[in-house]
Amino acid sequence: MQVPAPFEYERATSVDHAIALMDRLGSEARLVAGGHSLLPMMKLRLANFEYLIDINDLHDELGFIRVTDDEVRIGAMTRHRELLESDELAAVFPIFRDAEKVIADPVVRNRGTLGGSLCQADPSEDLSAVCTTLNASCVIRSGDGERIVGMEEFHVGPYETAVADGQMLTEIRIPVRAGGSSAYEKVERRAGDWAVVSSGAAIWMDGANIADARVGLAAVGPNTTGIPGIAEALAGQPPSDELFAQAGAIAAASANPSTDMRGSAEYKTHLANELTQRALRRAAARAQEA
Amino acid sequence: MQVTMSVNGEEVTKEIEGRLLLVHFIRDHLGLTGTHWGCDTSNCGTCVVWMDDEPVKSCTVLAAMAGGRTVRTVEGLEVDGVLDPVQQGFIECHGLQCGFCTPGMMMTARALLDENPNPSEEEIREAISGQICRCTGYSTIIRSIQWAAAKEAETPVTVGSAS
Amino acid sequence: MTAVEPDTAKPEGFVDNDEKPVGYGRMLRKEDPRFVRGLGKYCDDVELPGMLHLAILRSPFAHAKINGIDASAAQAHPKVKAVITGADLAEQGLAWMPTLSNDVQAVLATDKVRFQGQEVAFVVAEDRYSARDALELIEVDYEAIDPVIDVRKALDPDMPVIRDDLEDKTDNHCFDWETGDEEATNAVFDKADVVVSEDIVYPRVHPAPMETCGCVADVERVDGKLTLWSTTQAPHAHRTVYALVAGLPEHKIRVIAPDIGGGFGNKVPIYPGYVCAIVASLVIGKPVKWMEDRTENLVSTGFARDYIMRGEIAATKDGKILGIRTNVLADHGAFNGTAAPVKYPAGFFGVFTGSYDIEAAHCKMTAVYTNKAPGGMAYACSFRITEAVYLVERIVDCLAYELDMDPAELRLKNFIQPDQFPYESKTGWVYDSGDYEPTMRKAMDMAGYEELRREQAEKRERGELMGIGISFFTEAVGAGPRKDMDILGLGMADGCELRIHPTGKAVVRLSVKTQGQGHETTFAQIVAEEIGIPPADIDVVHGDTDNTPFGLGTYGSRSTPVSGAAAALVARKVRDKAQIIASGMLEVSVADLEWDKGSFHVKGDPSQSVTIADIAMKAHGAGDLPEGIEGGLEAQICYNPDNLTYPFGAYICVVDIDPGTAEVKVRRFIAVDDCGTQINPMIIEGQVHGGLADGVGMALMEMIAFDEDGNCLGGSLMDYLIPTAMEVPDWETGHTVTPSPHHPIGAKGIGESATVGSPPAIVNAVVDALKPYNVRHADMPLTPSRVWEAMQGTLQPPI
Repeated sequence: MQVPAPFEYERATSVDHAIALMDRLGSEARLVAGGHSLLPMMKLRLANFEYLIDINDLHDELGFIRVTDDEVRIGAMTRHRELLESDELAAVFPIFRDAEKVIADPVVRNRGTLGGSLCQADPSEDLSAVCTTLNASCVIRSGDGERIVGMEEFHVGPYETAVADGQMLTEIRIPVRAGGSSAYEKVERRAGDWAVVSSGAAIWMDGANIADARVGLAAVGPNTTGIPGIAEALAGQPPSDELFAQAGAIAAASANPSTDMRGSAEYKTHLANELTQRALRRAAARAQEA
Repeated sequence: MQVTMSVNGEEVTKEIEGRLLLVHFIRDHLGLTGTHWGCDTSNCGTCVVWMDDEPVKSCTVLAAMAGGRTVRTVEGLEVDGVLDPVQQGFIECHGLQCGFCTPGMMMTARALLDENPNPSEEEIREAISGQICRCTGYSTIIRSIQWAAAKEAETPVTVGSAS
Repeated sequence: MTAVEPDTAKPEGFVDNDEKPVGYGRMLRKEDPRFVRGLGKYCDDVELPGMLHLAILRSPFAHAKINGIDASAAQAHPKVKAVITGADLAEQGLAWMPTLSNDVQAVLATDKVRFQGQEVAFVVAEDRYSARDALELIEVDYEAIDPVIDVRKALDPDMPVIRDDLEDKTDNHCFDWETGDEEATNAVFDKADVVVSEDIVYPRVHPAPMETCGCVADVERVDGKLTLWSTTQAPHAHRTVYALVAGLPEHKIRVIAPDIGGGFGNKVPIYPGYVCAIVASLVIGKPVKWMEDRTENLVSTGFARDYIMRGEIAATKDGKILGIRTNVLADHGAFNGTAAPVKYPAGFFGVFTGSYDIEAAHCKMTAVYTNKAPGGMAYACSFRITEAVYLVERIVDCLAYELDMDPAELRLKNFIQPDQFPYESKTGWVYDSGDYEPTMRKAMDMAGYEELRREQAEKRERGELMGIGISFFTEAVGAGPRKDMDILGLGMADGCELRIHPTGKAVVRLSVKTQGQGHETTFAQIVAEEIGIPPADIDVVHGDTDNTPFGLGTYGSRSTPVSGAAAALVARKVRDKAQIIASGMLEVSVADLEWDKGSFHVKGDPSQSVTIADIAMKAHGAGDLPEGIEGGLEAQICYNPDNLTYPFGAYICVVDIDPGTAEVKVRRFIAVDDCGTQINPMIIEGQVHGGLADGVGMALMEMIAFDEDGNCLGGSLMDYLIPTAMEVPDWETGHTVTPSPHHPIGAKGIGESATVGSPPAIVNAVVDALKPYNVRHADMPLTPSRVWEAMQGTLQPPI
């Protein structure tokens, strides 16, 4: 079995402690939460660090889902399983439950965290697409205090985020608007696989018409992709299959996938279209139900 | 570094490297070889054990991360010479062939039944979907877990299940 | 308190039901109590005092010259005991070893590397982490050479020669092979109303057992005896090969196959890692463990398939099949490491005429070297019958498509008839027994075939995609008769030894080795049936060359047909002796005794009887035995099968395809198998289930692919996808029983039937679902992307 190269293990007991440790240990230190992205890479020796700072003890501090009338805040140490099982979260943003059902597998979901997933910044990663869809903001803390960045800014490139040395993602914040709902669609080759393509959609209704809509795609380009054109096309229109077909076409046009073992670029482009339509339909139906 | 954890109810303390994987701690340092490993990427699930009452893939947890926590392995399923109903179910329903994935499957099954005593076939399939069996095609594993559920419904289990 | 009468007729674990198989039928497995407690002992569980750990440095290149290796930094690592390169082995004459196909393979590369993942050097260190660390410290100076990856171009004149280690080698040709009658076949094709051709690829896949390969080598310093705990399906064959390779005297080698976490053919070959561990233990004088990681397993050990086939079928317009011919291009990788009987370089691919009575058949094959890992016969393939069955069952469906005939009807029309058995096929295989139509009809009944077709028609009207796929296969297993079959000169017979202890308990020693098939149970059952001792009282010993008779091991579904026959016959031999001793005890002639499963009684007087236990005590006890009879009650035999056995089955698969995403869902799978006499129906069903899941894997997701530089794209279980419980249905199994006429108990073997038979059923179902898109063929793996491309008419072969 593959094993990681040597490193020093440190355990942080609080966010402040973790930041102090990072400040002391410098750029050779890395935070580890669930470890399901980081440790396999370290075992394969695609990543080596001198120090690992275990932040699992921060679950008490950063494992939370707080829903208020105008905002949802989710701590970075919230585990996939908690996101899946939270009825409160599913009531506001059903997209989380849709996505969590198809992220990795139940045993991995026991350990993996929201923060770990976002910081991995894999272009095929589902929670990044969910957060993009929902226009989430990321709270990044360092010794100098907090800053808040949007998803576009958070994802600098594939496997690269705005979280610099000595900083950590502590929570995400998602605005809640009335009349909205959301959905997530994913095609995978097999349960537990990364997405061939995923599409998240959120729709806010104003009476019989769509007030606003957002779509976030995974695995169709270097980063998860938000598509502003779709909001423009849908705003003010009543939901219909024709309208969503138009949105699907926009999604396909803004997708830039590459051919790999998961599928051809042509197929992925097709999926961007198809899954966007499906996600919008489901989100609209949910919004109308509510 | 030194690590202390509870494994199958016994407190153990060992001197380890920070990078030591929990699966190797269990197998090589404690000699509990019922927990296996089958891949490097946390895909196969032969290494599943419980940490703080939840199934985890022990190839992707550092032994150091388990410090201060409780770990339960397949060796901890049988209590006072009585097999857990899940273990009995695997025997009764031919839930294993080569036996290599079996400990991980049983640990997940035990956790599932503790939480959901009457799971549907679909719920069982999902629960074990992070674990690969190359021999059984899964049907008999599912039946084994259903057998255990039925057995427990008949006779509430007091030994072998989570405290 | 009520007295409970103990039911002595039923051994522990016996489950009463209405099945009437031989032996004790559906009994629970004797091996399970240790496995469910986590007390199985697999190779990596072997721990010896002072044991060191070996790690192998592998080539990142598919094809490169090695200009030099600097191991000094690795050697200086404080926990490293030795670093060995190909040059070091070459000094001992150990840099190359024979493969099971009479080719040679590098143990460690000396001149150049020929596939990505090839063994280049190894490190032995105090612990596995340090061994892995030290690999990073070895510097290898590679000079890249253009790799040969596209098998279709491997024989082009300007291609680099991979095997320049072979004298006078000027191309990448491996071997040619031919079977059948070309002229007669061309004649039937000329007269046929309909000829259908299709290019059919069986991609490279990997058995990927959950336990990877490995070993612990321990050379005893004083007497030089090597004990090798090893993940081997064939311990005796391996022992002999080690004697031949390493020059160790064979009596100084003990190969122990402990519990094995699945084999599927992956653990038949001898891998360089085993030889490295032996060398390391010899050199260092300590036990050495080598366990490959998953990537090593996937990129370097025995792959399966990789056949590019042109299939052609000729028929009359009303659907009578006249002939089948095929041209095959076989990718054997960098070394010909296939594990096949010597006279069968293409294994048993010659059975590609399937279950049909046809007039003529012909196959021409060219095998080539490429810069890929060696292997070829593995993954429950029954020596390439997977490829043969896939070819014929796919091309028959193509014919049904062209004739617009129901594929079940077409098959029923062409089956070999029961009165034709033993049936000699047009490629020279003598099918021992069969009665195909009832098996097919049973599967159709279980499936509700007519109803499924009605449902499909309705769904097609609505634009929904539902497919029904059929496959009917005939296997040829139990290699094999020694007149025809050997591996490296070792005849494919199996020994078996049975001893009845004085108190009537027994031990049976096998040459084969379970990897999950349940030998400890089924072999006890076979002996139990023959000698009348309950299975619980029979210990099954296997997997240790010092303690079992010679034989060729467990692969190609050969345990029951060969070793199972040996077990039955050795028990009968013991019973014959017991009868003579019983005649002395009861003071009657041998002919006056009747056998009653466990005891002999005097004909006409059942009160005059002795049990096997009585006889065993007498055989070991005081007092005279009948004249010419030695003491003890034991026997050993070596069984040489008269012929292969020919299990068969009818499989029906139902799939639904999402027209928008092209995702395939296997809704139902009906499998009716006929493996002759059944020993333990529970174990048979289990074996079938596992093979069906393999079929879902191969048909829908598994593939070892390479990029143009020869990088393996399936080097982890993240990339090489194996089905989970979410992708497979609840299997529906049934059986018919057509005993083998030449096997002592009529059994035929079941281990690989489902792996052989299921892929074409699934592919046929997917293609059937895509009929509205005019799809006649689509190559595996049928991932959503590939299915969608088939719907667009743009699907390309996978390799």
